[in-house]
Amino acid sequence: MITGKVHSIQSLGTVDGPGVRFVVFMQGCNLRCKCCHNPDTWSTEGGTAYTPEEIVSKALRCKEYFGKDGGITISGGEPLLQADFCRKVFSLCRKEGINTCLDTSGSILNEGVKQLLEETDRVLLDIKYTDDGLNEENAGCSLNKPLEFLSYLNVRQIPVTLRQVIIPGLTDKADNILKLKEIAAEHTCVDKVELLPFRKICQVKYDNMGIPFPFSHIPEPTRETMEKLNQIIQK
Amino acid sequence: MKHQNWNGFNPGVWQDEINVRNFIQTNYKEYTGDSSFLAGATERTSNMMKKIQDLFALERQFGGVLDIDTATVSSLKNYSPGYIDKENEIIVGMQTNRPLKRAVNPFGGMRMVRQACEAYGYKLSEKVEEEFRFRTTHNDGVFRAYTDEMRAARKCHVITGLPDAYGRGRIIGDYRRVALYGVDRLIEEKKADKAKLSDADFNTEQIRLDEELYRQITFLGYLKDMALMYGYDISQPAGNAREAIQWTYFAYLGAIKEQNGAAMSLGRVSTFFDIYIERDIANGTLTEEGAQELMDDFVMKLRIARHLRTPEYNELFGGDPMWITEAIGGMGEDGRTLVTKNCYRMLNTLYTLGSSPEPNLTILWSNSLPENFKKFCAKVSADTDSIQYENDDIMRPIYGDDYAIACCVSAMKLGKQMQFFGARCNLAKLLLIAINGGYDTTSQMHIGPQMPVMDGDKLDFDAVMERFDTYIGWLSHLYVNTMNIIHYMHDKYAYEKTQMALHDTDVERFMAFGIAGLSVVADSLSAIKYASVQPIKDESGFIVDFNTVGDFPKYGNDDDRVDLIAKDMTHRMITELRKTFAYRNSIHTLSVLTITSNVMYGKNTGATPDGRKARAPFAPGANPMHNRETNGALASLNSVAKISYDDCRDGISNTFSITPEALGKTEDERVNNLVSILDGYFAKKAHHINVNVMNRETLMKAYENPEDYPNLTIRVSGYAVNFNKLSREQQREVISRTFHEAI
Repeated sequence: MITGKVHSIQSLGTVDGPGVRFVVFMQGCNLRCKCCHNPDTWSTEGGTAYTPEEIVSKALRCKEYFGKDGGITISGGEPLLQADFCRKVFSLCRKEGINTCLDTSGSILNEGVKQLLEETDRVLLDIKYTDDGLNEENAGCSLNKPLEFLSYLNVRQIPVTLRQVIIPGLTDKADNILKLKEIAAEHTCVDKVELLPFRKICQVKYDNMGIPFPFSHIPEPTRETMEKLNQIIQK
Repeated sequence: MKHQNWNGFNPGVWQDEINVRNFIQTNYKEYTGDSSFLAGATERTSNMMKKIQDLFALERQFGGVLDIDTATVSSLKNYSPGYIDKENEIIVGMQTNRPLKRAVNPFGGMRMVRQACEAYGYKLSEKVEEEFRFRTTHNDGVFRAYTDEMRAARKCHVITGLPDAYGRGRIIGDYRRVALYGVDRLIEEKKADKAKLSDADFNTEQIRLDEELYRQITFLGYLKDMALMYGYDISQPAGNAREAIQWTYFAYLGAIKEQNGAAMSLGRVSTFFDIYIERDIANGTLTEEGAQELMDDFVMKLRIARHLRTPEYNELFGGDPMWITEAIGGMGEDGRTLVTKNCYRMLNTLYTLGSSPEPNLTILWSNSLPENFKKFCAKVSADTDSIQYENDDIMRPIYGDDYAIACCVSAMKLGKQMQFFGARCNLAKLLLIAINGGYDTTSQMHIGPQMPVMDGDKLDFDAVMERFDTYIGWLSHLYVNTMNIIHYMHDKYAYEKTQMALHDTDVERFMAFGIAGLSVVADSLSAIKYASVQPIKDESGFIVDFNTVGDFPKYGNDDDRVDLIAKDMTHRMITELRKTFAYRNSIHTLSVLTITSNVMYGKNTGATPDGRKARAPFAPGANPMHNRETNGALASLNSVAKISYDDCRDGISNTFSITPEALGKTEDERVNNLVSILDGYFAKKAHHINVNVMNRETLMKAYENPEDYPNLTIRVSGYAVNFNKLSREQQREVISRTFHEAI
């Protein structure tokens, strides 16, 4: 029997995908992004084992709240590391009429992942940086990986929300946003671009784990910056 | 029957019999559009509200009570007319001769009146003392009849908050009747009812009813006289919207002059008024701006309504509430929504006049409500934290489509049903008494059946349940009997003449019991069942604490293992209560609602097996204990939704606080997501929810600097309060509650 390693479950999510969502955070990640706000999901050890059926029965208890837009979101950690499990969860959800959404860095694209995407209604694709050097340095993976992933999504025409964390000094410049916009424009599967303000409430998680938060010196972006950059996106 | 003031209304049986529902059904115009038609506050309204805000500020400076008339006993005709600004008021009428001056109402009991006067630096006048020297109050009557065991249960706080020292409240007169029919017609009908009695056998019931009708008729006369003092003749039906609102308000005003009940709710007037407003707008005699102004002026009057209370009372019911509950929206039995433009106007007062705890605006939510209205309600919630929601889809099949809410969550058919309010018993304390074999460690009193203290190193679930059952049975019997005495005496010495005159003569009665500490009991029993609970005894051999080892399922996580324990407790309780006859053949009901008394109940309760420390507050109402919810907001809501409304017909209160960030990134998202949450929660057959969209930090700032937040309103448990009016202890408890946050 297949089981997944789950970090935690949040029955009410409103920021990871459209509408009201039941969010499953998977345990384990292949990247070590310096801006990560969930360092406790990195290790592939630990987590709680769930069968896909257990996850879906919990999600079903929240189905009444989903309305016409909501559903389930699998996030992490990196769900693609447990693609088979996620695929099973999504396929069961679809049978129950629950919309499926995958929140990922898009850094893995193998047969298992491709099968998972066949059961996915929307991908929240996190483009950490639009600059390959920055991506290598601060996310530990080449920009080509998520771009290849996006091309595949485009071929399959799976709806995508492109997301980027706005980090002062790294991603908060207009030309970066324009690049992100360009990437979005080149892929018709992208119907939404979301800019997420870099947040530091995760500092306490790093402290508890006794490891340094690499970006602890960087301030959160101001509301004005976010508004300005969002305007560029909408233009 | 016809009346010129009814011209333009569709005819129906409402003309031939007292039937407000039929009038509404044959005449109202449903509204499914959005809020864009609404008008803002006029200059007159803003000026008037400014005057009221200044009075509120003064009231705060005076320690919460601006003034007391210690020489006049409150009744319909005992004060000369009072005004805020006579020239500019549209709707008139005041409880005393000046705004915010409180009246004394000793009919429920003298002690409370004396204490309340003293608490605010006044002394009850010799005149009133003299008037009541040879008069029996409700409180006198009750204490003549209370048994030793009842006194003991009250003293040790296993039953608390009983309405035995003031008005019982929770009765809603159908105040609309005065507007639709005029008082003369109502008197005629009551006289006819009284005449009909003469054919019956005159047993105790009949004689009592006969006298009650006499008193109802007398007070309908007083109501007319009261209105005349303000220059209005309300003997005939209201002829336009302004009169309809004025007549209805006079009826409500009469009720609150006569009675100081804990909850003096308004009913369901918005859609009723809409019919008059629509007629005037069609006639060209009223504009949208004018309609909003009428509602604004009416609501201002409701916001300055006050009763005189003691500090002890405020511990139970914090924030100086009146529970002027107005039920808004809902669906009709024919499938049309009862939402009208005037439902929007009523909610709009939270913008035109600013947010406020009163009136207690209560949305009757149905999944079939117009989407526009749902969104508007969600927006009002997010903006003002001033409204609550109750499930029309589970209440309508029971109460029809012309019911209202008394107090926080008590549904009743308007003018056809009333309830005998019964506060609540402390279920967590009862569990401890049971384990200790009839000893309460907090009050150090022996009470209930006497048995050995439970033995062994580890509490056994089955043994505890068997023991608990015995004590639930004992307490239920005692509780019903206590209530029977209270309501017998209230009928005898402080009968609600005005309000009952605005009911059908043949009225159906509920007797509303309540429980506090449900989540503490559920988690405690879960700990005993799934973890290891070792009792710790004091030197006298009584269990005073517990050593709980291991994890256990906690209520609030959508885990049936414990949620069904909570559900089962309510079922056991109502089943036991039903075994004892309730006064006047009333129907036993049960609520899970604490107001702010969860703090006081906790203070009087020792440590519990769930790990709650001695004297720590309970969670409010049916809420899970603070911060034990680890699976997010929907899991928490699901747990509460499992408590069955069939067992708890007097309501199941849940207070839900969420940060704006956790509801979504943009205002549109937040509104849509809140609508989805409400739809989902009520589809699960949940009964009630208070919604606060705010950050804990706001409350902490208001706690530190109250003067910066004079109007901060927050939903607490079935009602809303001005945060500053809570005690420091109550404020801390509210701050410590779970705020569902984005992660």
